[in-house]
Amino acid sequence: MIDPILQLEGLSKRYSKDRPAIFEDVDLTLRSGEYLAIMGESGVGKSTLLNLLAGLDTPDTGRVVLEGVDLTTLDDDATTRLRRRTVGFVFQAFHVLPYLSVEQNVALPLDLLGVAEPERGRRTQEMLTAVGIEALSQRHTRELSGGEVQRVAIARALVHRPRLVLADEPTGNLDARSAAQTLTLLRAQIKANAGAGILITHSRAAADTADRIVVLEARGLKALEAA
Amino acid sequence: MSRTGSYGIWRILLLAQLREQPGRFLVTVLALALGVALGSSVYLVNTSALNEFGLATKRLVGEADIVVRGPRDGFPEQLFVDLAHTPSVSALSPVLELEVALSDRKETLKVLGLDPFRAAVLQPAIMGDIGEAMFQLFDTDAIYLSSAAAQELKLKRGEQLRVTVGSTSKALRVIGILSQNTYSQSLGLMDIASAQWIFNALGRVNRIDMRLSPGTDVNSFRRDLGTKLPPGVLALAPQVERDRAVTVTKAYRVNLNMLALVALFTGAFLVFSTQSLSVLRRRRSLALLRALGVTRSQLRNALLGEGLALGVLGSLLGVVLGMIIAAAVLKFLTADLGNGQLRAAGASLRSAPLQTVAFFAIGVAVAGIGAWVPARNAARQPPARALKGGDGDFKAAARTGWRSGLAMLVLGSALAWLPPVGGLPLFGYAAIAALLLGAVLLVPTVTIQGLRLAPRTHRIVLDTAVSQLRENVSLSALSLASIIVSFSLMVAMAIMIHSFRISFDHWLGKLLPADMLLREPPGNDTAFLSKDDQAKLGTVTGIARAEFRRTLQVLLDPTRAPITLIARGMSEADTAAELPLIRSVSAKESPTPTAFISEALQDVYGYKIGDVLQIPLGGRNRAFLIAGVWRDYARLSGSVVVSRHAYTAATGDDSANEGSLWLNTGTDSDTVARMLRQTVGNGDALEITTSTALHERSLQIFDRAFAITYALEIIAVIIGLTGVSFAASSTALARRAEFGMLRHIGMLRRQIIGMLADEGVLTSTFGVVYGLGLGAALSLVLVYVINRQSFNWSIDFAVPVLPLVLLSVVLIGAAAVTAIWSGRAALSQDAVRAVREDW
Ligand SMILES: Nc1ncnc2c1ncn2[C@@H]1O[C@H](COP(=O)(O)OP(=O)(O)O)[C@@H](O)[C@H]1O
Ligand SMILES: [Mg+2]
Repeated sequence: MIDPILQLEGLSKRYSKDRPAIFEDVDLTLRSGEYLAIMGESGVGKSTLLNLLAGLDTPDTGRVVLEGVDLTTLDDDATTRLRRRTVGFVFQAFHVLPYLSVEQNVALPLDLLGVAEPERGRRTQEMLTAVGIEALSQRHTRELSGGEVQRVAIARALVHRPRLVLADEPTGNLDARSAAQTLTLLRAQIKANAGAGILITHSRAAADTADRIVVLEARGLKALEAA
Repeated sequence: MSRTGSYGIWRILLLAQLREQPGRFLVTVLALALGVALGSSVYLVNTSALNEFGLATKRLVGEADIVVRGPRDGFPEQLFVDLAHTPSVSALSPVLELEVALSDRKETLKVLGLDPFRAAVLQPAIMGDIGEAMFQLFDTDAIYLSSAAAQELKLKRGEQLRVTVGSTSKALRVIGILSQNTYSQSLGLMDIASAQWIFNALGRVNRIDMRLSPGTDVNSFRRDLGTKLPPGVLALAPQVERDRAVTVTKAYRVNLNMLALVALFTGAFLVFSTQSLSVLRRRRSLALLRALGVTRSQLRNALLGEGLALGVLGSLLGVVLGMIIAAAVLKFLTADLGNGQLRAAGASLRSAPLQTVAFFAIGVAVAGIGAWVPARNAARQPPARALKGGDGDFKAAARTGWRSGLAMLVLGSALAWLPPVGGLPLFGYAAIAALLLGAVLLVPTVTIQGLRLAPRTHRIVLDTAVSQLRENVSLSALSLASIIVSFSLMVAMAIMIHSFRISFDHWLGKLLPADMLLREPPGNDTAFLSKDDQAKLGTVTGIARAEFRRTLQVLLDPTRAPITLIARGMSEADTAAELPLIRSVSAKESPTPTAFISEALQDVYGYKIGDVLQIPLGGRNRAFLIAGVWRDYARLSGSVVVSRHAYTAATGDDSANEGSLWLNTGTDSDTVARMLRQTVGNGDALEITTSTALHERSLQIFDRAFAITYALEIIAVIIGLTGVSFAASSTALARRAEFGMLRHIGMLRRQIIGMLADEGVLTSTFGVVYGLGLGAALSLVLVYVINRQSFNWSIDFAVPVLPLVLLSVVLIGAAAVTAIWSGRAALSQDAVRAVREDW
């Protein structure tokens, strides 16, 4: 197992030539078992950064090394394959497929990786139980509440035991109670699967569920001074 | 508030739609325009041509109350003398009306031989134009031409016109030309005595125009007169003269009109499917509007208004286009749309404001009907459910459609068995409409059942594709339906035309067994081959065998067009052997001569095998026993075949106007043709061809006649395909976020595109198979009901397998390409931005 899981060196990103860079000089090292929260004001570039480190977008300068591989040297297919195996995503707007059942949604990453039955069924069932929605497995996602859908999304992000889980404002669309439950669940699952996690949020309360908090600014990542 | 509210929402929605998908908007407008244009132009051309035709007939009949008509070879003048003594007849004019064969030309010229003074009373407009020159008309060789005839024959006053009588050529002198306004069609006028002299019809006339004294009951007088006239001579109301021509073209005109209706139907369907799709696509924003306080009826009216806007634009465009097409057809083609039955020269476009408004209204109404259902459904959607996404109630609605679908199929199958109405297959068309509608209503149910059968393959790409189709079944059904409608109609037409072509080909082969054919100009009354000519032609070197025929027109029923009597085959057994018979009985023992009737005589006049048919020949009714029914694709109004022996026995006429020639092997047909022409007096006007050439030419004419149908069908399929591709691209765009997520969790671009291609191939294969089945069912109605009832002839069912397979493959391929292409477009916006509904 390669450690650190993720290394960022001198990242910068700008969307257009005539506008200043969103951020510059971003350095970060993330080790196995670590759960990091990235905070920052809205529009500062948190989602942009997340996209860079998942290989969904390319930085203007700097390197992203995921599992020891420099993403900037890979083509799109290779990045996608690496992401498929290594990364799990949780989105603010859930993004589940409305035409698949809960069970099918959760099993998607396993299908993509070609995991065959009975392994596929066993792991899906395990994951559904772990997030507490095993009773809903045959339901369609449009029949669920927001909190339940986000559990589906968390199960999907973790079912293939990725080494890195990325969650972008996962509780932005949830009420306080569901939000708290979701965050607890997310942390527990990341720790249980012995990978690393990055939680992006603008809420201090949410960030506090992580091991460590950094703040994204235009000049790079700063450790949050103890309040 | 409610009204301005609806209007405001309507405007916002419409503008947004236009901005978002101008192409889709345009295609729908064009489809509607096509339907309206086709309908209105066919209508305009027909009314203009018929009107022109009607005017011309009216001029010829003039002031007559009754027209007495005999066979072409006429009846003795004595009848005229007898009628002149009848009380309550105020004016009477004898006429010899002939289609005269012209030397060196294949066309014929209608010539009226009249008594100028008597005609001046009954046809004052025409005789008035001649005026003083009337006296010159008494010269034996004098003829007056209408300006259309002068133009066609390129003749000026004082020049010579050569006509053929028997097989000798005679010269006439053009003494004047009628003005264009007096008579617009081709016509020659002669003195009746000169005409009788020139055309060897001394003492005979074939028409008498009658005017009755004021106060006489015209109808009862005519009925009374009818019973006193000799066989084969009929008393007609002038209106019948006009109607007869109109009836012959009726089936053809109705068919064209129905084609226009099919286009309109497709247009309505396109409005329905595009509106339904756009409502589905916008269901979240529509639900948002409802949540914001837009009422149910406001939303429904706004959406209905969208459809009506499409209808108004399309219909406006269609009406204008229709007038342009009609004007062009009338200017550049003869005004009969290629049918040849109604050659009206100089017909001009008549403005028909009321009908134009009607066609506009039909177009708008059709769009309104198409938009109504989706508008109502969208307004009924509970906003909460719609905001969350999914197909919801639409799916439930689709499921309930199957009952009405089945009912329509049953209704359609039942309608196909009903008889024609006034000679038109109206129930046949209704059956087609019902079957189409029923089949379309069944699409969602069949799709659901079909997808339920699809097994899980554990290939994520395919499985996901199947799941998405299953869940969004109403969406896929809608985009499918537009292609199913146009494709099945195309399949049905293709099968019908193919069946007809094969039957026609066989028929030609059966009727053209000889090596060569020769004939006098068709339809002419004056040129023929005498017994002597026939003998000389038969002995031309190179000819092994010759056989001659006599064809002539016979009027069986005063209200219908004349039928064709064909005398062919020396013995009755020969006759039977030469014909493409459908059914026959042996009538060897029968003392009465036998006749073989065409299917039209059976369908229209109701004759059966075993009946006795009375044919007026040589001034008497002759009885023939109907011994068989044969297929005749050449004579729409019916024909009857008797042996030459029986014909000559009844009439004493042993002349012929057609012949089949068998050549000795190794003989050159061109040389034979040259020698044949030299053998008879008027050889240059003879039409001489080889059977092969005639066969090929006939098939060419056939193909040309159906070219327009094919063109229209292809346009319909292209419109259907465009509809499918817009549906594909808009659904792909709507699924951008989904694709973005799949990219995040590691699906390759090519896997996503593959998934879309699978969806495209699955849906289009289903659509094509469904369309083939439906098309085959529709083609049965076309072949056995609509064709039969319109034309009164049968064709054998045959399926053009290879072209249909090729077409299916092309369609499936096109749908896959469309899906891939729209997937590419949807993926070109990067995955990152697609999931950014979260900020
Ligand atoms: N695809 C894009 N093209 C241009 N500008 C973008 C794009 N995505 C984001 N931005 C801009 O980059 C900045 C950072 O956006 P984002 O990373 O979404 O911020 P955050 O997630 O921290 O709220 C914003 O000012 C936004 O307008
Ligand atoms: Mg963000």
